[in-house]
Amino acid sequence: MGLDSRKMAFWAFIGSECLLFGSLISTYLVYKGRSLTGPFPHEILNIPFTSFSTFDLLMSSLAMVLALAAVQRGDMKQGKLWLLVTALLGLVFLGGQFWEFSHFVHEGLGLTTNLFGSTFYVLTGTHGAHVTVGVIWLLTLWVQALRGKLGPANAMTVEITGLYWHFVDVVWIVIFTVVYLIQ
Amino acid sequence: MSEQAHATTGTYLRVAAILVMITLIEVGIFYVPTFQTVLVPVLLFLSAVKFTLVVMFYMHLKFDNRFFAFLFGGPLLLGVAVVVSLLFIFYGALRLRTGT
Repeated sequence: MGLDSRKMAFWAFIGSECLLFGSLISTYLVYKGRSLTGPFPHEILNIPFTSFSTFDLLMSSLAMVLALAAVQRGDMKQGKLWLLVTALLGLVFLGGQFWEFSHFVHEGLGLTTNLFGSTFYVLTGTHGAHVTVGVIWLLTLWVQALRGKLGPANAMTVEITGLYWHFVDVVWIVIFTVVYLIQ
Repeated sequence: MSEQAHATTGTYLRVAAILVMITLIEVGIFYVPTFQTVLVPVLLFLSAVKFTLVVMFYMHLKFDNRFFAFLFGGPLLLGVAVVVSLLFIFYGALRLRTGT
């Protein structure tokens, strides 16, 4: 078919990730409203704060496509800038998630407190772990770009990184709606 | 369908603006009591629109080879089917137990 084998394999990997997150979201929904003790979602979830995190992740996706477009046209100055911006926005998201988890623990919601705590931390924590991998991947690419080892010839590497990053973004789009907005 | 053809920077910016607007609408209707009766379907629809926009334009599925759409869409549909099936099984069993 003349398709890039790495890209094809990565799309297959993303497909398998859909099943992973599908099962985690199912588990969250199946146990939704079944907690016998608090804290309950409506008492603890902070919608304005999470809306900012969502905005942050959406903007990181924009920065990622701008980085890819820059690398593809050989503008490595812009490419380096947008790769760094994407990674920094990812770090902001992770910082927000760390703050949120710390706040919830302080409020009495631990991993084993109730069904909401268990399913919430596993789902959002798995997503956070994916974001962490993405940030490390982006920073690795940025360092490669700084050393002059990333150029238009490696655009497919940046595109595959972008596929991963955007997938992390679309998973958050679903989590934001299912966990935070539909309480 | 070329594997390399992608959208322009202008398109990326327009998509970002639409994504932000949809997020603002989502958060807005969450706080409006009038929308509480239709909140779930509206939020799921808006979420699906955002998901589609990112996948089509930022992940380039609109412009890429359709085989990639198959590789992604197949497991995605299976994942959605798993979610829906488990909800039917679990809530169906619960209704049988409680007799509601």
